[in-house]
Amino acid sequence: MSTTAALSLSSIPGADDITRVVLQNGIVVLARENSNALSVTLRGYLPAGSLLDPDDKLGLADFVADALMRGTAKREFQAIYDAMESVGASFGFGSGTHTASFGGKSLTEDLPLLLDLLNEGLRAPQFPADQVEKLRAQLLTGLALRAQDTHDMASLVFEELVYRQHPYGRPESGHPETIGAITVDDLVAFHRLAYGPRGMVVAVVGGIPPENAVELVRASLEDWTNAEQTPVPELPDWEELPERIYKRHAIPGKSQSDLVIGTAGPPRLAPDFMAANLGNSILGRFGLMGRVGDAVREKAGMAYYAYSSLSGGTGPGAWDVAAGVNPANETKAIDLIFKELERFTGELVNEEELSDSQSNYVGSMPLSLESNSGVADAMLNIERYQLGLDYYRLYPQLIQSVTREQVREAAAKYLQVGKLAVAVAGPPRIEV
Amino acid sequence: MDVLKTTLNNGLKVLLKEIHTTPIISHWLWVRAGSRDEGPGLSGVSHWVEHMQFKGTPLFPAGRLDKDISRDGGFWNAMTYIDWTAYFETMPADKVDLAIRLEADRLVNSAFDPQEVESERTVIISERQGNENNPMFLLDEDVQKAAFEQHAYQHEVIGRMADLETISRDDLYNHYKRFYVPNNAVLAMAGDFDSQLMLDRLRQLYETIPAGQAPQRPDAVEPVPVAERRVITRGPGETVFVKAAYRSLPATHPDFSALTVADSLLAGPSNLNMFSGGISNKTSRLYRRLVDGDLAVGVSGGLQATIDPFLYDITMVVHPERKPEEAITALDEELARLQESPPKPEELTRSVKQAQALFAYGSESITNQAFWLGFAEIFDSYAWFENYLERLAAVTPQDVQRVAQTYLHAQRRVLGIYQPDGLLESSGA
Repeated sequence: MSTTAALSLSSIPGADDITRVVLQNGIVVLARENSNALSVTLRGYLPAGSLLDPDDKLGLADFVADALMRGTAKREFQAIYDAMESVGASFGFGSGTHTASFGGKSLTEDLPLLLDLLNEGLRAPQFPADQVEKLRAQLLTGLALRAQDTHDMASLVFEELVYRQHPYGRPESGHPETIGAITVDDLVAFHRLAYGPRGMVVAVVGGIPPENAVELVRASLEDWTNAEQTPVPELPDWEELPERIYKRHAIPGKSQSDLVIGTAGPPRLAPDFMAANLGNSILGRFGLMGRVGDAVREKAGMAYYAYSSLSGGTGPGAWDVAAGVNPANETKAIDLIFKELERFTGELVNEEELSDSQSNYVGSMPLSLESNSGVADAMLNIERYQLGLDYYRLYPQLIQSVTREQVREAAAKYLQVGKLAVAVAGPPRIEV
Repeated sequence: MDVLKTTLNNGLKVLLKEIHTTPIISHWLWVRAGSRDEGPGLSGVSHWVEHMQFKGTPLFPAGRLDKDISRDGGFWNAMTYIDWTAYFETMPADKVDLAIRLEADRLVNSAFDPQEVESERTVIISERQGNENNPMFLLDEDVQKAAFEQHAYQHEVIGRMADLETISRDDLYNHYKRFYVPNNAVLAMAGDFDSQLMLDRLRQLYETIPAGQAPQRPDAVEPVPVAERRVITRGPGETVFVKAAYRSLPATHPDFSALTVADSLLAGPSNLNMFSGGISNKTSRLYRRLVDGDLAVGVSGGLQATIDPFLYDITMVVHPERKPEEAITALDEELARLQESPPKPEELTRSVKQAQALFAYGSESITNQAFWLGFAEIFDSYAWFENYLERLAAVTPQDVQRVAQTYLHAQRRVLGIYQPDGLLESSGA
C-alpha cells in the first residue's frame, strides 16, 4: 500500500543530514532541513536551571527564565510580543532542574525574528520592576492552583519523600514564601552568573538549508561571552530509602485522590537505562498502560488513569507509578500496584511482553520524528547525552538487544518494593 | 495533492489525502454522535460508548486490539465531543491495514459485555471525579447548564453523575446500534498511500456493512437568550475565575469568520488544530486591558466550530488582589470599544497572518491533516477548511464591529464566577 520504503533510514535524522557546528564561544548549533515545511522550529538549552537556586529563593531560575521576555534593552514587553504575534510566531523561555530552555516556531521567513528574541532575552534582559510584579502575581496564582491540584501535590510530596537530602526534592517552581522573597536584584544577579554561552545548545529544524540556519545563529550569538558564568554544581549522591515511606496530603473539597508510588530510577546514561525503559513500558505504558493499567483500570475498574513513568535524565530521575482513584479505593489501589511491582521485580517478564514493547519502540520512533519540533528534540537529546549523530538509526538494534534478564535486573535494582515512597493527595479522610 | 472524496454504497463518506513526505498514515473514523444527541437520563452515553469500543469484538477481543496496534508502533486514541465521536490510529505506512480492519470491525461488532460495562462505569465515574477536582470543570458545567434551556449542549460530554450511576448496558448498546452505522460516519485518511489502491481496500472492508436507518436526533429548539444569566460556583481554593459565555454561531454561519477575527483581536487566535500548539495572546486587547492592567493574571478566548450554536467564551483568572467585578467591568468596556468603532485594517491583516501561521504549523503533522479532513466534514465539508483563510481575509473592519454588536452583548451571555469558599486548610494526615 505504501509508495515509499517503510521506515526508510533516510527519513530518520543521522550523521549525513544533521549539521553540527561549534561556535567560537562554545555554543553548539544543530540544524536539519525539512524542505516540506513552511515553518521553522528553534529550540535549545543552557545550564541555568534550578540547581543554582538558593534554598530560601526556590523558584529563582524559573522566575528568571519567565522574566527574560518581559523587557530587554531593545524592546519593552509589549513590543516583544507585538513583533512576535504580528507574524504568528511563538517563542519563550522556561526552566528545569539542570537547564534553562527556550523554544519557538515561526514561518520560515521569520526565523531572524526568533533569533533576535533569543539574543535579546539571553543577553540584554532588563527585568523592569512593574513587569516583575505582574509575573510574581502570575507565579503565585500558579502556586495557589498547584496547592489545589491533587496530582501536582501528590508529585510534590513524592519528590520530597524520595529526594530528602537531594536537590531533586526541591520544587522548581518554588513555594509562595520563596517566590515572595525574590527581588529584582536576585533576578539580575542570577542572570549575570548563570547565563552564558558555555554549555549552550541551539537546534534549528524546518524549511531552511542547514548552512543558512547555522550562519544566522552564528551572526546572532557567536560574539556572546560571559566571564562570570558559574559552573553548574555537581549533583550529590542520592541515598536510597531505608524502608517504605507513606505520606498523605489532605486537600478539602476534592472528589478524587491521586497517588504516586516509586523511587529514583537510572540516569539516562546508566548502562541499564534501556532495560529499565523497556521494563517501564511493560509495567505501565504498553497498550492501555501496561500491567498497571490492566490491573487497576481494565480489570478492577478502579481508576481512569494508571500508568508508570521513568524520567531518566542527567541524574537519578524518578521511576514511579501514578493513578487517580476514588478516595475510598486508595488502599486497594496501592495494594494492587504493589502486587504488580512485586511480580515485576521478582519474575522475568515473558517473551511476548518484551518483544511487544520492543516492536512498539522501534515502530513508533518515526512517528515521534514527524514534526520539526520532534526532530529538534531528538537532536537535542543526542547532544545532551552525547549519543552520537546516528543514534536514531542505530536505535532499533539497541532496543532489540535488551533481554528479559536485563529487564528483571534493572527492575529489582531500582524498584525494591520495601524501599519505595507512597504519596497520596486527596480529600481529608473521614474517620469512623 | 487533491483530496479524493467519495461515498460508498452504504453511505460511508470517505476522504483520502496523499502525503508522501514520511512513511506514516493516519486513519480516522468519525461518527456523528456526541453529547448533542443525548436525551434525558442519558448524558454521557456517547462518551461511555467510546470507552466500550476498546472492550473488544469477537475478532479483536479486549486486551488484543490495543496490543496489536501498539506492537506495530501505532499511536491511537479516541475522543468524544458535543457533536461527534472520533477514533484514530497513526501508523507506520506498511502497518495501516490493521487499523482499517479494526475500525471496520468495531463499527458494528463491539460486544458490550455486561461485566465490562460495570467495570467501565467505575472508570468513567473516576474520570468525572478527576475532572471535579478542577475548579474550571465545575465552573464550565454550571455555565453550560445555565446557557441552554432545551438543547443537549447544556451538559458536559462526560455526563451527569446521576446518569453515570444509572445508565444500563442496554442504553449503551442501543445508542451504539443507533448511531454507529456507515451512513452516519466519515472515514478520513492522510499519509503515504495510493488513493485508488486504498479506496479499493476500504471498499472490501467497509462495503459489506449494511447501511442503517438514519439516526433520529433530538429536535429541541433552543430559544435565543433574552437576558443575561449569572451563576456562582463555589468550591475549594483561593483563585477566582470568571467565565463569560456568549451564545455563539454554527461553523457554517456567514458571520462565523468575522467572529473568528473578533476573537483573535480580543483574546488572541483560537487554535483549531488538535495536534499543534497555538501562539501567545499578550498583545490582544483583553490581555492588554486585563493582565497589563493588573486586573487578571490570565485571559483566554474560546471559539469552537460546532453544528449548532454553542458558546464563545472568555475566561479570566482574576488577579489575587482584585475583585471579579472589576475584571468584568473592564471586559465590558473593551467589548463596548469594539462595538462602538471598527478595528484598524492592520489589526485584521495581523489576524490573518496569525491564522496562516497556525495552518502552517498544523500541516507539519499528518495526524493533524487527517483530523481536519474528517472534522470539517462533520459540521460542513472539507471545503470549509480549504477556504478558511480566504474567508478570513475577506472580513472587513465593519464586519467585526457588526458581529461584536450582534453577538457579544450581555443579553446573549451567561456570566459565571468561581468563588472559592475559603475551605482551604492544608494539612498532613
